[in-house]
Parts: sequence; C-alpha cells; structure tokens
Amino acid sequence: MALELPENVVVSRLDELASWCRKNSLWPMPFATACCGIELMATGASKHDLARFGAEVFRFSPRQCDLMIVAGRVVMKMLPVLQRIWLQMSEPKWCISMGACASTGGVFDTYAVVQGIDRFIPVDMYVPGCPPRPEQLIQAIIDLQDKIQREGTITGREFDTPERQLRKRALVEAVGPLEADAARNPILQRRLAEAGAPHA
Amino acid sequence: MDEHSAGATSAAAATPARDGVADLFGGTRQPPFRGQERVDLPADRVREAFRFLRDDGYDLLVDVTCVDYLEYRGAKHRYGLVYLLAATADNRRLTVRVFLDDPAPTVASATPVWPAANWLEREVWDMFGIRFEGHPDLRRLLLPEVFTAHPLRKDYPLQGRGERHNFPILTRDDG
Repeated sequence: MALELPENVVVSRLDELASWCRKNSLWPMPFATACCGIELMATGASKHDLARFGAEVFRFSPRQCDLMIVAGRVVMKMLPVLQRIWLQMSEPKWCISMGACASTGGVFDTYAVVQGIDRFIPVDMYVPGCPPRPEQLIQAIIDLQDKIQREGTITGREFDTPERQLRKRALVEAVGPLEADAARNPILQRRLAEAGAPHA
Repeated sequence: MDEHSAGATSAAAATPARDGVADLFGGTRQPPFRGQERVDLPADRVREAFRFLRDDGYDLLVDVTCVDYLEYRGAKHRYGLVYLLAATADNRRLTVRVFLDDPAPTVASATPVWPAANWLEREVWDMFGIRFEGHPDLRRLLLPEVFTAHPLRKDYPLQGRGERHNFPILTRDDG
C-alpha cells in the first residue's frame, strides 16, 4: 500500500482502540459486604494504589460504574439488591467475584448465604483467598484488562456469544447441582430447555 | 412483696420477686445460677406475671430468646422461651423461662408491658415460629418476607431447603 504515514501515526482497529480506552479506565462499583471489603479499600488506598492501573475511581452509583467488585458474602436478602445494582450498571460492564465467599459461599454453607454469586449474575474473574491480598485483586484487574483488550469490541459483540450466556461456576459440585437447582427455579428450567444442555 | 422479703438476706434481694411471682402465678422456683435468680412460669399466666414484675421494679427487658429442646435429653417441652429482666433502680436481675409445645406454640406478647419486646419477639417468631398474641406487628425481622420456614428450629436443615437457590438468574442477555 503506497501510503506514507508520519512516524507518530499508529494504524489500529477501532475495536482495539475502544478496548484500550475501556481497560485503562475501569470504574469499580464496590459491593463490599465483609472483610474482603477492607482489602478492597486497601487496594484503593495509597500503599497499593489502584490508580496505577487506571481503576481508582470507585463510584457508589451503579450508573457511573462498569466494574462490579463483589467483596464478601451475599445473603438471601442482599442478592436482589446485588442483581438490581448489576442491572443498573451501564454497558459494557464486568464483574469480579472477590474472595471465597463471593465465589462459593466459603465457610458459610448455611440456609441464608448464597453459595456463589455466579449462580445468579455473570462473573468475569474470580479472586481466591479469604480474604485475598490487595496484590491478588490487582492481578485480577490486570487479567481483566488483558481479557478486555483481547476480546473487547466497540459494540460489545463479545457479550452476545453463547458461551457468555452460559452460567459459569467457580466450583462445580459432584452431583448434578444444576438439575437440583432447576427443580426449584422456573427461569433455570426454561434456560435449560432452550439450551438443551444439562451442564453448563 | 413485703411478706416474702422477711427472711431474705441482702445478697438475695431478687428472691422476693421470684417467690412472689412463682406463688401468685403458679410458677416453679429454680435455684439461682451463679447469683442469677430464675423462675419458670406457665405459658397461660405470663401476661399478668409480666405486669406484676414490671410493677415490682423490673423496668428493663434485656432480652427475649428461645431454645429448641427437640431431642434434648430429659426435656419435657419442645421450646423454652427465656426472658431476661433487670430492675435498674436497685440492680436486680431475673431470668424467666416459659415452656411451649407444638403444634402451635403461642404465648402472650410482652410488648404491651415492655416495648423493648417488640423486635425481640419478632426475631423469635422469625427464627422459631412462636406466635406472640397481642404483638402489634408480628412480621419477620431478619429473614426475607418470602421465607416460610423458621430456621433455628432443630428439625430445620442447616443448609436450608433450597431457599438460597430460589432466585432469578441474570445472564448477559438481561443487560
């Protein structure tokens, strides 16, 4: 191609440019319910300095956020709130499940504690730990930035893929949990019938 | 009250109230435990007994809680309600127990006597399913209103009956 470009001009794709802008300007929504929230605050504070990764602007309005960080256990009474906040966040949006409790329920295997938020909302990144150190959360944010750069599109097409619609679990129980859940959950029954797949 | 306090020593200042309420309302005296006076009351007399105790000086209801004695060795009743009372003027304390049984454990509410009982009784209703007659607003306190079970009963499984899984599932399609 006989086109002379000045040396300060870079040719790229629009998708990559959009992803580059997005990944370096994540606005976290701190959904902090337990001790993981303390580590989340430490991550944003001066010692660990989340600003180095462009994600320091914690906003308490979901309308201004695109990264939900669920830090701590979520109980039955809190889950509708969590889902509502998730729906209120503008797209494109991502979710980090921080710590053992948010990912699996942790040690709180009791009647009122949701056994992993990934049962009920989409999760992009899990952070193990009880609670995870700030370095681990920063690593998750860096990994999420890589993911956004790798597969992000300017129109958000990557969220429409079938695998993104499937429910993902941090841990998969041994005996058919999905069917057991579906027996009690009409929405899941419909999705299973539509997908035709017994296991996600 | 005065006729009972004749033989009481100063160390057992709460004994008159304990004996008085036991005699007047058909209760059972219990031996003090680590200096705490205790009495068991029959469930059908608690309304009058609470008024008596309030008039006797027990102006503070510290706590209302419950024990499920299901399969407890030697237990004669299923539920044991526990009321912790205090008299702030002269620093007396009294533990009142009321025993209830299935199928419909019901007791008179203490809320008309001590307004502090309002939320405490709501919590006991929430967790143990004990009805408090005369309670002004007997709704669940801690659990969601859609919850139907009473999870601190011993016959309720620790991991619940699936209530924690009973939510709509949001996917990326839902926005």
